[in-house]
Amino acid sequence: MGFDPIRAETRFGFGLSPRIAPPTGIEEMLDGVRVRDEMARRFPIEPFDEFRARIAERAISRKASRSEDMSEDARAAAKARQKAISRKAYRDGLGWMRQAMLRRIETRTGFRERLAAFWGDHFTAYGKGAVIRAGTGPYLEEAVRPNLAGRFEDLLIAAVTHPLMLNFLNQDRSIGPNSVQGRNKPGRGLNENLAREVLELHTLGVDGPYTQGDVRQLAELFTGLDWTPQRGALFRKKAVEPGPETVLGKLYGGAPRIAPVLEVLRDLARHPATARHIAWKLAVHFVADQPENDLVAAMEARFLETGGDLPAVYEAMLRHPAAWAGPGNIKRPIAFVASSLRALDAAPAVLSPWGYKEINQNLRRPLMRMGQPWERPIGPDGWAEEDSAWTTPQGMAGRLQWALSLPELLGQAGPDPREFVEVALGPGAPESVRFAARAAESRREGVALVLMAPAFQRY
Amino acid sequence: MARTQTRRDFLLRAAAIGCSAAASPLVTPVSFAAAPWDNRLVVIILRGAMDGLDAVRPWGDADFAAARPGLAATRDSALDLDGYFGLHPALADLMPLWRARELAAVQAVSTPYRDRRSHFDGQDLLEAGIVDLSGGVRDGWLNRMLQGVPGVTAQTTYAIGQENMLLSTGEMPVSRWSPDVDLSLSAQGLRLLEMTMQDDPVLAAAMAEAVLLADSDGDSVMAKDEADMMTSMQGGAIRGREGHLRIADFTALQLRDAARIASFSIGGWDTHVNQGNTLARPLRRLSEVLLRLKDGLGADVWGKTTVVAMTEFGRTVRENGTRGTDHGTGGAMLLAGGAVRGGQVYGAWPGLAEAALYDRRDLMPTSDVRAWAAWAMRGAFGLERDHLETTVFPGLEMGADPGLIR
Repeated sequence: MGFDPIRAETRFGFGLSPRIAPPTGIEEMLDGVRVRDEMARRFPIEPFDEFRARIAERAISRKASRSEDMSEDARAAAKARQKAISRKAYRDGLGWMRQAMLRRIETRTGFRERLAAFWGDHFTAYGKGAVIRAGTGPYLEEAVRPNLAGRFEDLLIAAVTHPLMLNFLNQDRSIGPNSVQGRNKPGRGLNENLAREVLELHTLGVDGPYTQGDVRQLAELFTGLDWTPQRGALFRKKAVEPGPETVLGKLYGGAPRIAPVLEVLRDLARHPATARHIAWKLAVHFVADQPENDLVAAMEARFLETGGDLPAVYEAMLRHPAAWAGPGNIKRPIAFVASSLRALDAAPAVLSPWGYKEINQNLRRPLMRMGQPWERPIGPDGWAEEDSAWTTPQGMAGRLQWALSLPELLGQAGPDPREFVEVALGPGAPESVRFAARAAESRREGVALVLMAPAFQRY
Repeated sequence: MARTQTRRDFLLRAAAIGCSAAASPLVTPVSFAAAPWDNRLVVIILRGAMDGLDAVRPWGDADFAAARPGLAATRDSALDLDGYFGLHPALADLMPLWRARELAAVQAVSTPYRDRRSHFDGQDLLEAGIVDLSGGVRDGWLNRMLQGVPGVTAQTTYAIGQENMLLSTGEMPVSRWSPDVDLSLSAQGLRLLEMTMQDDPVLAAAMAEAVLLADSDGDSVMAKDEADMMTSMQGGAIRGREGHLRIADFTALQLRDAARIASFSIGGWDTHVNQGNTLARPLRRLSEVLLRLKDGLGADVWGKTTVVAMTEFGRTVRENGTRGTDHGTGGAMLLAGGAVRGGQVYGAWPGLAEAALYDRRDLMPTSDVRAWAAWAMRGAFGLERDHLETTVFPGLEMGADPGLIR
């Protein structure tokens, strides 16, 4: 078993479309990750560098709303402005969700969109605050999306030192206890959160060769990584814990500069345990909960040979026959929703006019019901990979309910189920699904039955 | 046996609508082990920081009325609890529970969270049950409580509602269901769904249980016709207002059956403005949920039930400039159920004199909210103290037994 255009689109993309042809070979799939980012251009999402001005503006309004020097009217106006900024961020955030969905529906380079989702999940981050909570899309746009086809270390550095990650994992509150700031602010000190997750989740993996001592040393090394809404990411020398640190037996730093932080991240990115961890995680995500050892080994070897050149690792996966075999994983809800809309050819003309209320009702709430609230996994470990996390009664009920609501959602009765079964599943559609499509009482039920069929539920 | 009865009901209904029930993979996969306990625990997270000083008003404290000239205007003797504390008027319907000693409050509690007063961090800490967030957050204390308990299955614990709650997340199996799920299919559609699912036993099993649950939570899955189906599809928003009652009904249904633990949340407590109105709504909702649970569980099961309602932190002692209150520290928790030794306000009262306040603005916490939850679990399920102090709430000192549970 090797490359197959249908599988290329279903297992490594967001499913079949009646309008967009699947890739013709592995080269095309890989090229699709490197070429100009057409989807980002057609369906823009505000980058964080612009987004953070909203946070700064809200802070100014908040301060004014509490200022003793201002009249009551001026304070009330500032309060109203503060609220309006938060509200607009929330609503615009829903708009970016629609954009992200449209990219999945309209893409000719589905593998790229899947990779963007995979790495966005690997580097899960969301802000905790009235405005910054809407900042995940902007963060991904800036830290993850431009780095899908480079070296793992560049992706790692972009994500880990990004303001949103610093906020999410409390690095922006961590200061060296013996730093200039630490000595002036008793009671404040080190926060290990980011250091721990970098080792456990982002690089070496939970079974990796590190100790609590390494976590602590890395946390000390990370002191100084900070950001402000006005300036973005910055390095705060006054927060840096003095002296060098030892991580995995190697000595770093000594001077309060960002260079040793980048150096340790590059070393961690190239570590053999990281190669193993990333190869395993990609294979689990794209192929199976228990991927073949041989497939993982091939990817791991390429990772090590190339110093973490991501396209080389992707290619090792796509060239391996095991990547194309087996029944495939259960789609996560976002992929289920995206591939359904893609199969139904829910064109931008349908989705683009949706306001935040429609997006909320048609996408955000249904995804919550299915168990995958948009950009809100519970922890920094992102969404579960195991099928069992998704084949829950609640999850399946959410999928069925949404599939049955499609005529209202799309404002049309939907396609003829007998034709739709061919579009959604291709020529290999199981006979039972063809039968159900023929025998259904209504278009609504026929389309829902096709989308709920195991053949469509799996990648 | 309640479970057998429910199963039979479903099979009869399924048969009536034309499912070939006996042979159907859509109705056979559910198997039930014996529940590990007979007692029940319901944990309600009050999201947004409930004002404990308004819910359970310390009238006996000389400084209370002065700190809250607008909010604490009229003391109603009908809402008096113990001569010192009195309930908020929106909780008036709970007075019979109080008199029956099935309602208790704990005053001046908090999590170990201090100073930043962020809802996000506060709720994470409350649900994670840990001391601080610097080590990250992965699982919730209600899930860790299940570790090592023999006989626990996914049916033992239900997380109810649309959100993924950290509280019940973790390695141990937990069922999730949101009663606002509304499935509506024709008999033919159900039959065809069953047929297409046959290829995949795992999906078929999940789908079967989904149909069972959706059929049991208020309205039947079987649609009469297309119009019925459309009404159903569009009905979600209309019913949203009554969502808390659907959740209470579903909770009672499961707890009468194989489930022993349920959790859900009630929001709307962040009352910065016009608290006189804005707090009445969630309080009334909480009151309705408790009474509905009591009704739905029936006297026997209610007698074995402990309901714990807790919030991320309390609110400022003094009213703010918009007739509301801001984020504070110490707050209150409520307990209800036939298993609770009610009719008392627990917790050491620190007083509201300015010098006694935390940061000179918030109610000073005098106990850890986790300790009360731990004693409730120890009382309900007989869990080992060591398990509670190391695994469930790492680093917690439970202290002396407050005698919370009968």
